[in-house]
Amino acid sequence: MAVLSGTATLVTTRPGRTTAQSIGAYCRRNPGLVVGLVLLVALILIGVIGPRFVDVTNAVPAATIPDQPPSSDLPLGSDDQGRDMLAVLVAGVPLTLRVGFIAGTVGLLIGIVLGFLSGYLGGALDTVIRMVVDTLLTVPGLLVLIIIANSIRGVIDINLMALVVASLAWMHPTRTIRSQVLSFRERAYVQMAKLSGMNGLEIIVRELVPNLLPYLAASFVGAVAGAVLASIGLEALGLGPQNEPTIGMTIYWAIAFNAMLRGLWWWWVPPIVVIVVLFTGLFLVSAGLDEIANPRRQRAA
Amino acid sequence: MSDEAVLQVRDLRVYYHTPSGPVKAVDGVDFTLIRGERFGLVGESGSGKSTTAWAIMRMIKPPGMIEGGTIRLGDTQLGPLSDNEIRNVRLAEIALVPQGAMNSLNPVMRIGDQILDGMRTHGHAGSKRTIAARLPELLATVGLQPNVLRLYPHELSGGMKQRVCIAIAISMQPRVIIADEPTSALDVVVQRQIMQTLSNVQKRLGASILLVGHDMGLMAKFVDRVGVMYGGKLVEVGQVRDIFTSPMHPYTQLLISSLSSLDVKGVLHGIPGTPPSLLNPPSGCVFHPRCPQVMPRCSVDVPAPQEARPKRSVACHLYD
Amino acid sequence: MTALLEARDVSRVFGSGPEATVALDHFSLAVGDDVPSFTTIAGESGSGKTTLARLLLGFTQPTSGEVFYRGKNLWKMARRDWMEFRHEVQAIFQDPFEVFNPFYKVDHLLTVPVAKFRLARSQAQARSKIEEALVAVGLRPEETLGRYPHQLSGGQRQRLTVARALLLQPRLIIADEPVSMVDASLRATILESLKKLHADFGISFLYITHDLTTAYQISDNIIVLYRGGVAEVGDVDLVIKAPRHPYSQLLISSIPLPDVNDRWDDDDQSLASRAEPERATMHGCRFADRCPAVMPMCAETVPPLYRTDDRRAAACFLYRDAPTLGGANMDQVLAHTARAATQSG
Repeated sequence: MAVLSGTATLVTTRPGRTTAQSIGAYCRRNPGLVVGLVLLVALILIGVIGPRFVDVTNAVPAATIPDQPPSSDLPLGSDDQGRDMLAVLVAGVPLTLRVGFIAGTVGLLIGIVLGFLSGYLGGALDTVIRMVVDTLLTVPGLLVLIIIANSIRGVIDINLMALVVASLAWMHPTRTIRSQVLSFRERAYVQMAKLSGMNGLEIIVRELVPNLLPYLAASFVGAVAGAVLASIGLEALGLGPQNEPTIGMTIYWAIAFNAMLRGLWWWWVPPIVVIVVLFTGLFLVSAGLDEIANPRRQRAA
Repeated sequence: MSDEAVLQVRDLRVYYHTPSGPVKAVDGVDFTLIRGERFGLVGESGSGKSTTAWAIMRMIKPPGMIEGGTIRLGDTQLGPLSDNEIRNVRLAEIALVPQGAMNSLNPVMRIGDQILDGMRTHGHAGSKRTIAARLPELLATVGLQPNVLRLYPHELSGGMKQRVCIAIAISMQPRVIIADEPTSALDVVVQRQIMQTLSNVQKRLGASILLVGHDMGLMAKFVDRVGVMYGGKLVEVGQVRDIFTSPMHPYTQLLISSLSSLDVKGVLHGIPGTPPSLLNPPSGCVFHPRCPQVMPRCSVDVPAPQEARPKRSVACHLYD
Repeated sequence: MTALLEARDVSRVFGSGPEATVALDHFSLAVGDDVPSFTTIAGESGSGKTTLARLLLGFTQPTSGEVFYRGKNLWKMARRDWMEFRHEVQAIFQDPFEVFNPFYKVDHLLTVPVAKFRLARSQAQARSKIEEALVAVGLRPEETLGRYPHQLSGGQRQRLTVARALLLQPRLIIADEPVSMVDASLRATILESLKKLHADFGISFLYITHDLTTAYQISDNIIVLYRGGVAEVGDVDLVIKAPRHPYSQLLISSIPLPDVNDRWDDDDQSLASRAEPERATMHGCRFADRCPAVMPMCAETVPPLYRTDDRRAAACFLYRDAPTLGGANMDQVLAHTARAATQSG
């Protein structure tokens, strides 16, 4: 029995069962995906709902007394420059997520266009794209990013940071999507579509993309994860937007001011917890999506 | 061929427990394999024949489970054996040549190493050297040259790979060889060679062969006795000659008349209706919705197999 | 009179140099438009039959030679001609599951061509045409439409693909192993529906298979392929009941017919010793390394088709006394007029 792909088959739509019930049953079979989504949504909510409860204007230096351990006034204490750490968290998490999201989306969009063209059309175009991608993949990404970030050090802000990271986030999605398209291209239903008079673009959009949704989603998650990691890395090295309280910059300041040695744990622990939660969530979602793409259960045909 | 029973399957039931309920893949199958005979288990897809073969090898994996029945090899009941014991029974006593076996050869190991590996995993006591010395002879039994030992699977043709699989299966001289659609992916010409090989091998070892398949023509040419399966049940068992000349169960009759032949060009016969759901099998006789000779009783009582004629068992109310 | 679909001296070679594989070697075939024909392309794996199907359906380009649709080169046609080609030449594939896009309900397979080829003027008309086609192949619309492919059985799905072919009413259907993945009990039903399409609607068929018994039952002509070349061609009765080419003879004698009076003789060692084909020899007859009747000349040149009977030709030097039939003239032994003759009866 062929490997089933496509969300429709997955969520065993049975006559007599609503879509909601089918989705619910699926969630019970794939708890990893659900937990991952919950974690990610929680982080997003920090940025969305947080500002109602926390005054984010306190995420700047000299907002409060520095070096305060957590107390009822300052639930996460304050850092060496007087930033309210809770406000930093509430302000910084959405910024970090935004970088990851923008970079991931840009990377994926480029990857989709190039991957589909290259995979479906083949020929000279495929060879060129493939050579470019393979070459760029061998370039040490972080090094390039450091060089770029260093040269625009003065003017870098969140959006620019996102674009810098995105510039190297598109290669992997391109390759992944291309290889999936190559394998799907020879499927009998694509041949049937040709026989039914569909042209190339129609086939890509109507026949291939829906079946590739799990792979596209997985590529997106991968791109976001990579982008977040790259941006945190750059920021931790001090190459990020200096005035923004992003997770990475917070780590940078914590290192610069020796927070660990000085026992100011409330400075460096929260950002790390956020990173752990973020990557656990991304990983679980990615593994959950993999289950959608490659279901392992036996299915009564 | 003696009358000694080498394998006895009694009331075998294998159900797959799916979220929608139990799928009754094999539902009360009884048959005996006699020493030195060739028994064909024939049926369409979903009839339960492969599941039966896998159950005999105790290779049913969850959500499938052997729900009931006994399988006796010689004097040993296979059911109560531990995992280690059954592993030693596999290959040494009963060997399986599974469907698509040629595709399950390890692509990065040489053939010789794979055979060796198989033998040592299943309890062969000899040293590597002793076993290796016997491999050329083993290959010769299946019609392969000794140089094949040093080759990788991708360097062999489909037919040669299947012969390697047969070689692995007979490497420990089992009493029973179960071949599950051994030639399904092979050309008709190669198929004949493979069946020839199986035949030679059987004579050498004095083993019994259980051939599982859907090709009635192959059964007619090769096996001594045939068991016809439908919907998880064994509907008819008998000598192959008798079954083909005078089939008793309506399904067998329809199956045989639907076979294409090279004698007469004419209207092709099919079997109307659709194969039964194994999740919600029909009440009474599992074939009754499609049976041209259905009677009122058929939708109520499950027909039990009975010896309607000498050496022939049929599960049909027509013969009660 | 231009043929509907014609392959002229096409070859398909994979790779290059000494490692090249010749999947199809200088093959020519024309399917006429005036009288429907039913031809089997028979061969084992590696014979080139699938390559031929792909070439005729425009899925791959020939390495040499050309494929013509109504006189126009397939690969140089305008978009409008291409759409006509797609409408008139259809296919039925082997795997009844793979032809369905698992993302869509099975209706998708039927609604797309109805829309693309403008077979209906309204949704309602489209729906009724689809239902008609389903009923004609023995399916119940209420049990099949609106379902996903995995909710139907293999037999139902394959019948759907036949319904699709019926809906489109092409001139030619290339059926690639249409029943090999279908249960024995349904095989006959599906083959009958193919025969009906041929008889009732005058659709020509190229039936690609390795199963000669079904070929014998439903087709008029047969072309036996071996490793990219034609071994024997002609009337299906002649070729199958009295094969001339040694390969055809080997093939037909290996078929396990359900005849209990003719069991496989255990002591027949000759078959076991016959080796399987080695590397393709570039010169001479492709069957030379396995042929029981091989002669020295067989290794030197490729034998042409010799017309041994009025309605059959075999590519074997055993028949070199018979007149040769150019590869491009296979039509002469194929039956196109037989059906026309009986129809007027």
